[in-house]
Amino acid sequence: MSDFTLGVIVYNLMLAARWTVLLSLIAFVCGGIVGLLILMLRVSGRRWLVRLTIGYVELFQGTPLLMQLFLVFFGLPLIGIDVSPWMAATLALTLFTSAFLAEIWRGCVEAIGKGQWEASASLGMNFREQMRWIILPQAMRIAIAPTVGFSVQVVKGTALTSIIGFVELTKAGTMITNATFAPFTVYGCVALYYFIICYPLSLYARHLEGKLHVAR
Amino acid sequence: MSLVELHAIYKSFGDVEVLKGIDLTIDEGQVIALIGRSGSGKSTLLRTINGLETIDDGTIMVAGKKIGDKDTDLRDLRLNVGMVFQQFNLFPHYTALENVMLSPQVVKKQSKAEAKVIAEEMLAKVGLADKMLHYPDQLSGGQQQRVAIARALAMKPRVLLCDEVTSALDPELVNEVLAVVRKLAEEGMTLVMVTHEMRFAREVCDKLVFMHQGRIHETGKPEDVFASPKTAELAQFVGGLG
Amino acid sequence: MAYKFDFSTILPYWDMLLHGIVLTTELTVIGAVFGVALGTLGAWARSAKTPVISPIVGIYVELIRNTPFLVQLFFIFFGLPALGVRMGEFEAAVLAMVVNLGAYSTEIIRAGIQSIPRGQIEAAASLAMNRVQIFRYVVILPALKKIWPALSSQIVIVMLGSSVCSQIAAEELTFAANYIQSRNFRAFEVYFVVAGLYLVMSIVLRWLLKKIGNRMFERRRHV
Repeated sequence: MSDFTLGVIVYNLMLAARWTVLLSLIAFVCGGIVGLLILMLRVSGRRWLVRLTIGYVELFQGTPLLMQLFLVFFGLPLIGIDVSPWMAATLALTLFTSAFLAEIWRGCVEAIGKGQWEASASLGMNFREQMRWIILPQAMRIAIAPTVGFSVQVVKGTALTSIIGFVELTKAGTMITNATFAPFTVYGCVALYYFIICYPLSLYARHLEGKLHVAR
Repeated sequence: MSLVELHAIYKSFGDVEVLKGIDLTIDEGQVIALIGRSGSGKSTLLRTINGLETIDDGTIMVAGKKIGDKDTDLRDLRLNVGMVFQQFNLFPHYTALENVMLSPQVVKKQSKAEAKVIAEEMLAKVGLADKMLHYPDQLSGGQQQRVAIARALAMKPRVLLCDEVTSALDPELVNEVLAVVRKLAEEGMTLVMVTHEMRFAREVCDKLVFMHQGRIHETGKPEDVFASPKTAELAQFVGGLG
Repeated sequence: MAYKFDFSTILPYWDMLLHGIVLTTELTVIGAVFGVALGTLGAWARSAKTPVISPIVGIYVELIRNTPFLVQLFFIFFGLPALGVRMGEFEAAVLAMVVNLGAYSTEIIRAGIQSIPRGQIEAAASLAMNRVQIFRYVVILPALKKIWPALSSQIVIVMLGSSVCSQIAAEELTFAANYIQSRNFRAFEVYFVVAGLYLVMSIVLRWLLKKIGNRMFERRRHV
């Protein structure tokens, strides 16, 4: 126990924190791509596609992330796909992220006034052209702040992957605690690491939001 | 053959019937004003001509082609019919020049150079040659509306619809926009406008269409309509203008 | 050799699931009531810009909002006993939920308070109300009304988040799921069913919160 000085704890947690960051990045980028697809289906106006996306979002927003992780982790092997904790974590977090981002972005698209749709329609643009040139560029501008804000939720979400055995920050914390019997120090440090990752993102999101209000 | 022919147009919003069988023809080069009280259906009628409102019944023919509800029909329609809105609806993320250039490039597949030549010409025409690189929020309302007119003109439409284009403007900015519309009329552009500027309508238009409760109540030359209205409703409307 | 799904093996454990649902509900209700109460106090301190207290609340809010609930839970359950603060699984779970929701609702309610026009507060002050009275009679209800949808979503999030309390062996719904799958070896089926139960619970909770909101903020016909 005396082998574990605070420095050793901090150092080992830092190594594990890299996985938290990596997993967050992958989930965020992949989730963003899938989320964009969901968004397109959602605003397409075709009734059954709209229903499908509403169901998708409802499913991921209405069940615990932990259940989603378990279902992917235990479900995929049943259809013959062998999953490592790493894969299950990536997949579940991607789906989770995509549902939330799609919903956030839908709000941004709907915030664009009817006049913009009408003006572009009166110039002969079809749905795809309206989206590409008129709606998305404007929606993206207002979407940046809440999107950055949501990235904090993704980082925190990665903590749950420790439960299916993926060794990231939280899991490393548990393992070190078991070796050191110093839960107060270790979990305190773990929390601090998350804070160091998340707080700048929170601040940046708030800063962006403030800028947007001034610009309007 | 008329440029635009509307026949027996019906339109309801929920339980409220806004258009109750409208017949109207618009000839090449004609300048028409739709007048009437708010709620008489004149704006809705204008918007149906551009396909912004679907119709429940009736037919719309533009340049001899019947407009169905297919997307390609709608595109053909809008290539022939331009529209200017009360609230300008400029695209805030593009400069004046880009606002005008965008649709010719995207919809008509013109090259950037081509689109730029036309856009500069149109912006010069509305007197904004020196504001081309300004964003909408850097322009006054009157200037924004003139950009919107240039934007519609750049598509080379055969008819231009103007939906209360001066209603959202401060009084001192109204005239610069009306001057542009007047110039278009003098150049022979086919125009259909919904307006409350009666003096302007009287001076510029060939034909006034008075709408009342979802129907065309009376039409005629401006001088006749104002001097000797045939129906009590029009007389009251004209009288109420003071 | 396709896998054969078998949901019937869950049936014998229905009482465990029920017990889990009850416990998750208890956690949520207690967590929501005290969490929102804590948030209201926090929001008041933040908006009143009380010296010392306001910055402390600010730090609390940021610390909680920028760390995972799971880590907060571990810190409370495993870490605090090192300082001599011991508690059971259920107490630790409740405490973690209250502390967590307290931070989020501080921010949400504060935004609501900020949305109250200054004129309202000045009018109340001109009627000789003191600060507590102004807050109690003029500010808090319209503020809550404004942010009720956001607060409701946060409460649902906290309810779903309570599933990680299984990790400190609080016997809520996810704990029941873990236990059952360790007995019948039907992990997928169990988690599938339990995910469905959570979905139903979140729909019911959202509906309930909407009703509560309607009741709380309805215009009274009689004075």
